[in-house]
Amino acid sequence: MAASTTTISLSRNPSFSTTNPKPSLSFLSPPCLKLPSILPSFKPLTSHSPPDQLLSIPRATAAATPTTTPTTSFHGHCYVVGDNIDTDQIIPAEYLTLVPSKPDEYEKLGSYALIGLPATYKTRFIEANQTRTKYSIVIGGENFGCGSSREHAPVALGAAGVAAVVAESYARIFFRNSVATGEIYPLESEIRICEECKTGDLITIELAESKLINHTSGKEYKLKPIGDAGPVIEAGGIFAYARKTGMIPSQSP
Amino acid sequence: MADTARVVDKNKVWAKRCTWKFAEFHENLHGRGVLRQFTGKEADPGLSAFSSSSPSPFSIPKCKKSISKKIVSVMAPQQSERRPATTGSVKTALTMTEKIFARASEKPQLIPGENVWVNVDILMTHDVCGPGSIGIFKKEFGQDAKVWDREKVVIIPDHYIFTKDERANRNVDILRDFCNEQNIKYFYDIKDLGNFKANPDYKGVCHVALAQEGHCRPGEVLLGTDSHTCTAGAFGQFATGIGNTDAGFVLGTGKLLLKVPPTLRFVMDGEMPDYLQAKDLILQIIGEISVAGATYKSMEFVGSTVESLTMEERMTLCNMVVEAGGKNGVVPADSTTFKYLEDKTTLPYEPVYSDAKARFLSEYRFDISKLEPLVAKPHSPDNRALARECRDVKIDRVYIGSCTGGKTEDFMAVAKVFLASGKKVKVPTFLVPATQKVWMDVYTLPVPGSGGKTCAQIFEEAGCDTPASPSCGACLGGPKDTHARMNEPMVCVSTTNRNFPGRMGHKEGQIYLASPYTAAASALTGFVTDPREFLQ
Repeated sequence: MAASTTTISLSRNPSFSTTNPKPSLSFLSPPCLKLPSILPSFKPLTSHSPPDQLLSIPRATAAATPTTTPTTSFHGHCYVVGDNIDTDQIIPAEYLTLVPSKPDEYEKLGSYALIGLPATYKTRFIEANQTRTKYSIVIGGENFGCGSSREHAPVALGAAGVAAVVAESYARIFFRNSVATGEIYPLESEIRICEECKTGDLITIELAESKLINHTSGKEYKLKPIGDAGPVIEAGGIFAYARKTGMIPSQSP
Repeated sequence: MADTARVVDKNKVWAKRCTWKFAEFHENLHGRGVLRQFTGKEADPGLSAFSSSSPSPFSIPKCKKSISKKIVSVMAPQQSERRPATTGSVKTALTMTEKIFARASEKPQLIPGENVWVNVDILMTHDVCGPGSIGIFKKEFGQDAKVWDREKVVIIPDHYIFTKDERANRNVDILRDFCNEQNIKYFYDIKDLGNFKANPDYKGVCHVALAQEGHCRPGEVLLGTDSHTCTAGAFGQFATGIGNTDAGFVLGTGKLLLKVPPTLRFVMDGEMPDYLQAKDLILQIIGEISVAGATYKSMEFVGSTVESLTMEERMTLCNMVVEAGGKNGVVPADSTTFKYLEDKTTLPYEPVYSDAKARFLSEYRFDISKLEPLVAKPHSPDNRALARECRDVKIDRVYIGSCTGGKTEDFMAVAKVFLASGKKVKVPTFLVPATQKVWMDVYTLPVPGSGGKTCAQIFEEAGCDTPASPSCGACLGGPKDTHARMNEPMVCVSTTNRNFPGRMGHKEGQIYLASPYTAAASALTGFVTDPREFLQ
């Protein structure tokens, strides 16, 4: 289906992080929700210099296999879930006593990621006695992350070793929390890939090309571009991004 | 055919989704003199992206699966003929939410989709997200940093209070230390867990306490680290839930970058039958538009039915907008609002209202006089059904409580059904007043028509569980020793807001969300029951 010409033109499409002429700080919603707006007031928030690749080791890529290319890509096995995966399934309320800003409790939160999924999910997301998952990519359906505003949800996924979630759509607060914390990339698929991928499939996501490759099935899918949220996540969240772009002063030691 | 057209349209837009392309697009619109959103007069095809009737390329992702076909009425915003401006300055018509954003961002006008820095009037946090927000605040602004305004931060422990869980108790200690250090004016502390009444400052469920303590005011911006912060929209203000990181930012700066949401308008007219409550109205709406139907959008509730609702009922309505994915819900402030606020706040406030020509993404109309009592079946708040359709569902317990269904009027409603039936409950019925004030009301206010009995007396006669200490309780499960937590896979009718798997504890538990009337009727029969069986 994907003609080779398309692939070529896609791969020539230069990386977001280096060529986006005006990365404005409009990371508050999935890119598809971006209504046209005039942003004269956003001058101070924009950066005209390409982000320094050396400076930022994306928080979310920590678990992904590092790649030699300068663009961000994720490679790993996927865990597939359905529609309306709410925050109670991602991290049940009984674990919310863990405070994400405390490093030891951050790790512990990760060990409970997706523990609220019903028993119909036969494969465990995290094996018993493990603290991290072997699935670095989560694939879901519509309205992923609905429910509570608990930031523990994207944090738990990130702490468990998830680099990216690919869903058809997201609930607002989950999307924003993912970007604000820089924990995971909340990517959107153009079609319903949660019905085409199976847990354990080997996946590569090429962020710059907005492309997901399922090596197990040999299929390739287009993702919606992450857009302006990308640089924020890559920087490591809103505070890091705001400092990097001069929006707020650099932290005094 | 139509689908193909939509896909093509979408691709076209993806190709030009970079910001600079949008800027170009806008310059173009400017040049053609059509950049005058919200006048309600545009008929220019260049602006079709803003109208709800077109297959908008900027459409918000919808949950196709669960949208019911039985739409009561959907109407595109009225568009009259476009007239050139006769005066020099064009005043754009704004919705209520847009006006609140305009004021809070000190901008004369704005459009949905625009990101603006908003000045925050109140930041609320609680024991679950407070410690994390404080951690981020300290990490980012420094150990000695001060919050932007000690009178605008409201800290309300309410989630995991009456538990032996050490970490939960520690989290309240973290809040206390922070409030002492920062001299936070509004901290509703609890130290004596054995007897909540020994803690005069302790309130309970944050969203109800915010209203009762006068922190909700028309026209203001209230942010909270809880998704049900949207409850305060009942006061005609912008209120929404945010995460710890955003809250950490607000603690330091008093500002937050927010996207202006487009508004969906829900017009509810008709006399509300006396067996219905606001819970039925919001379950009807969520069932109609699905759990993602209002994602990123504002939901404005108007109409004669809404005007007839009390403040507590309006809070129920706005409380569950997040269950439709909504960013916020608003009810225009009126004499009911002002009366409620009379003895609660001395701060000046300025209500705002949608302009007559404000642009709404779409409008839904409901004739409430024809509505029947509803439930949301497991495991989704949009899994709507008539209560009477579920009469064969045998239940194990009933739960009355939470920010949604644990207010004074909710308990009054339950008592009214028990009183009307004169019977005893057939399943364990748990009562968790939202706040200390609600608890007091349950024990002191006479129930109309009862000859002076209080709710507590009626509940006791009906064989209910003794009203528990006020907190969020088992609405969200919580630590294992939480009162009324579902530790077994049971079936529960609950006046709370969510019925996701595991929400009240056990993953295989089944939760039917219902109004206090329906919950009370169900308690009396042991099955999901339409309250008309007792109220008529």
